[in-house]
Amino acid sequence: MSSVPVPVHPIHKDYQGAKLGMWLFLSTEILLFGGLFLLYSAYRARYPLDFHTGGQHLDTFIGIANTVILLTSSLAVAIAVTAMQKGNRRLTMICLGATIVFALMFLVNKYFEWMAEIHRGIYPNGPALLKLPDGEKIFYGLYYCMTGLHGLHVLAGAAALAITLDFVRRHKITRSDFSKLENVGLYWHLVDVVWIFLLPLLYLAA
Amino acid sequence: MGQTMEHAEEHGHVVPYRTLIVIWLLLLLLTAVLVYVSTAYHAALSVPALLTVTPLKAGLVFFYFMHLKYEKPFFKGLVILVLGALILFIGLTFADLSYR
Repeated sequence: MSSVPVPVHPIHKDYQGAKLGMWLFLSTEILLFGGLFLLYSAYRARYPLDFHTGGQHLDTFIGIANTVILLTSSLAVAIAVTAMQKGNRRLTMICLGATIVFALMFLVNKYFEWMAEIHRGIYPNGPALLKLPDGEKIFYGLYYCMTGLHGLHVLAGAAALAITLDFVRRHKITRSDFSKLENVGLYWHLVDVVWIFLLPLLYLAA
Repeated sequence: MGQTMEHAEEHGHVVPYRTLIVIWLLLLLLTAVLVYVSTAYHAALSVPALLTVTPLKAGLVFFYFMHLKYEKPFFKGLVILVLGALILFIGLTFADLSYR
């Protein structure tokens, strides 16, 4: 009975497959945000002056600050992956923690930015918004949709990063098996790329 | 040992810290250029700058932070296919809009 050898099942992990799955998901995300970029471009072509005026009223400083925050958070995630590849678990955890802090800073800035707009009466069916020309109404509608959808992605990314940090802490992500970390990193970088496009479209195009 | 070797190979390239920091500095620099051009030269240069600097920034993130430079051609092809489709949609929409 005890002489029966227990078969040792090698744990098969398809790293390329996992990464391909992530890239396919990112492709759908690119098309999701791409649709909004298309809508923005089409309406900007129709109401160039209104979009110009709308952009002038946005807080460019917060837009730029959030860009620096997201670019730096992207660097932190990229360093976290390299650190894990080199077996520096501690640095990976520090960088993931820093990225989560950056994500929260981004969202706090976004909260203050949105609240300032809302206090001005710029919100769906808001008194100030209704008095604006059609083009500006569309601009602010797109502004809320695009930054809102992006904000949800930042929130989801921060949650995924927190779970990943916990996996690293519990040794579920290791130097020889870090697909989860790599794929969360890919997601976070895409969130950064979307913002790279949102900054000039919404804040700088005025 | 053979298994770890295989994993290392499958997991691909280790991008050095130095490269990542250089890319980050470039991204900050390009952002500064974009902000400067859009405030100092207004509309005349801001649109061309938007159309060149922004894709360049996205490209740096894709190639270095997302390791696309070191991936198999299939991954690069996938990204080109998606971006190509998006550009086609945008092109066709504008072809439609400009003849209305």
